[in-house]
Amino acid sequence: METPAYNTAIVKSFVNWSILWGLVAILVGVIASLQMVLPELNFAPYLTFGRLRPLHTNAGLYGWGVGSIFAMFLYIVQRLCKVRLWSDKLATFQLWMFNATIIGAAVTLLLGYTTSKEYSELEWPLDVMVVVLWVAFAINIIMTIMKRREEQMYISLWYMLASIIGVAVLYLVNSAEVPVSLFKSYSAFAGTNDANVEWWFGHNAVAMAFTAPPLAMFYYFLPKSTGVPIYSHRLSIISFWSLVFMYLWTGAHHLLWTPVPDWVQTLAMAFSVMLIAPSWGSVFNGYLSMRGQWHQMKENYLVKFLILGITFYGLQTLQGPMQAIRSFSAFIHYTDWVPAHIHMGTMGWVSMIGFAGIYYLVPRIYGRELYSIPLANLHFWLVLIGQLIWSISLWVAGVLQAGMWNATNADGSLAYSFMESMIEMYPYWWARTFGGVIYMLGVILFIYNLFKTTRAGEPSPISEIAVAQGRA
Amino acid sequence: MWEKKPILFLILATAAILVGTTITMILPFAWVNTDADRIETVTPYSPLEQEGRDIYIRDGCNNCHTQTIRPLVTEVLRYGEYSKSGEFVYDRPFLWGSKRTGPDLARIGGKYPDAWHYKHMTAPRSMVPRSNMPDYGWYRDNPLDPEMIRRKMEVLGFPYTEEQISDLSKRNEMDAIVAYLQKLGTGVKKAEAVIVGELHNPYQNDSSVLEDGKAQFAQHCAACHGDNLEGSDIAPNISDLDMPDADLYELIFNGLPDGGMPSFAAVGSERIWKIVTFIKHQKTH
Repeated sequence: METPAYNTAIVKSFVNWSILWGLVAILVGVIASLQMVLPELNFAPYLTFGRLRPLHTNAGLYGWGVGSIFAMFLYIVQRLCKVRLWSDKLATFQLWMFNATIIGAAVTLLLGYTTSKEYSELEWPLDVMVVVLWVAFAINIIMTIMKRREEQMYISLWYMLASIIGVAVLYLVNSAEVPVSLFKSYSAFAGTNDANVEWWFGHNAVAMAFTAPPLAMFYYFLPKSTGVPIYSHRLSIISFWSLVFMYLWTGAHHLLWTPVPDWVQTLAMAFSVMLIAPSWGSVFNGYLSMRGQWHQMKENYLVKFLILGITFYGLQTLQGPMQAIRSFSAFIHYTDWVPAHIHMGTMGWVSMIGFAGIYYLVPRIYGRELYSIPLANLHFWLVLIGQLIWSISLWVAGVLQAGMWNATNADGSLAYSFMESMIEMYPYWWARTFGGVIYMLGVILFIYNLFKTTRAGEPSPISEIAVAQGRA
Repeated sequence: MWEKKPILFLILATAAILVGTTITMILPFAWVNTDADRIETVTPYSPLEQEGRDIYIRDGCNNCHTQTIRPLVTEVLRYGEYSKSGEFVYDRPFLWGSKRTGPDLARIGGKYPDAWHYKHMTAPRSMVPRSNMPDYGWYRDNPLDPEMIRRKMEVLGFPYTEEQISDLSKRNEMDAIVAYLQKLGTGVKKAEAVIVGELHNPYQNDSSVLEDGKAQFAQHCAACHGDNLEGSDIAPNISDLDMPDADLYELIFNGLPDGGMPSFAAVGSERIWKIVTFIKHQKTH
């Protein structure tokens, strides 16, 4: 069967833009981390911590995360369906709608237009843009799948479809709001209800936008990189269906000990622990797919990123359920432990898989070999070490903070004032900034390597351009 | 079979995610914010308070401050009575937050006098050394928009008077944020600690605790009463305080109501006695 003419231009554009927004996210993150130790770095009104932090999370999650996911999905869906994208025009529209939304988000967040709901801060006009963007993306992916030339839908496509439908449901409900003016609205829900809806969204956005898509990539890129198929198809079926069923019950583990009804909290706690099974189903499927191939960890830089990525997913999905238990949450919630947990997921799991995916497809869509494998290896070590410094320092900080908050004197009074606990945080916050800078250096190397690849890389025999021209 | 039929697949996946959604997200609406959790004393925000709340949202205060107190011993000691569902029925959106870079604010209302907040918002480190909170003195330069605030009250369905609206033109953003902070957590009556038995200072005339008492004073009292007890525009001079030890202890332990002075019960009786001893020692010199 001849290879169809795939749309690679759109993949290139999404790769470029997502990396740019990723760099912005990291840079803003480093600045915000410095503001926590040097409050004089807050420049009112636009560049204060309270406004930069949502910009950091939105640029990271949506600019880099969703942007790179768009790139990968548009690449993968064409190959798994063996057809060109259903509509090039719609894909181009999606690209510019995406960039317009990210730029709009950055500007409005700095101006203080925010709903304050975490990871859903955008005000209603931008919510409308997000919906239009997602619908355009969904139609294109679904229509491409509908006219596919491969009967069976591979695992990656299941996760892709689940992500599309899941994000749509979550976003529409949580963003329900009543506008007062062009950039001010009030939530359709009040108080405890609003909290429960928000964390049903917040936690499942992690599932539908940052678990399902990286798994879709992992299931595609790992066998492609190693040349060996996934260990068990049955295990991937069980993992997939139990994951999409169980995730939605767990949002209230963010709200343990709050006024949200106890039974909702208890269900969330129980399902969170149960979620270890489907999460580790995928982790084991990945590890077992490496049987007889572990030497590739040394020889193949792509495998290194993918296996470390899935390892962080495994750690994340053990630590998460642990935090979802009432007694542990009572100790650790609201401390610096929590951002350490999140950053293991974003910097370790999602970004590692994203880097691997981009390293895999750039040589193929540009028809050139990667400029430098040693640089890619250095990139790997910098982001790994940077992330470990980041997370470990704040885990330690979180335990210390929690200990001080809970310490009491013999007479039953509190041993430490709030400020005493905060002063103890400063060295750890500096360490966090240090880890972030190392991570940023790794990402700058990544960008340099890709740039040189597109300009000066050796022509590649594996490229699809070469395949199409009959040279490979 | 479903692996070959995308539409069937989409229907199945949607059904799978809607089960947990229905039970844990939709069903709770039947109990929450109903008569079951209503608290009579909780009232809607005034126009000035609501505007303060919107400023709090605009500047992302919720990124560093939570607004929910958990029913845990040390948390209730530190912040006060644990939060109840009925306290939040007028909160759109909720502002419980997820991280305490700064302290919880669920019951900050009435804890400090207004003057404390004005000074602290303007220059946090002047009141709390080594705090990492940004300065918000620029709020004083920003006037309020009464007609916009009226529209907000209409959308929220909160009661307001014409006087409240016309008064807004004389206020700035600083007044609004302080009014909001002073409202927080006041819908529920403060539980007051009861002192049982006779109070007796265990350190009376014990000069060995003066050093410790001085350090405690510097940490908890000096921001308002001055390093040398000379007082400030927030709190009176107490360098020549004429009050029995037991009464002074009780005053520090319970504070003064309605923003007169915070309660320092959580500091603990031992340390309060040291502070009492230190303050009284200053008088004799």
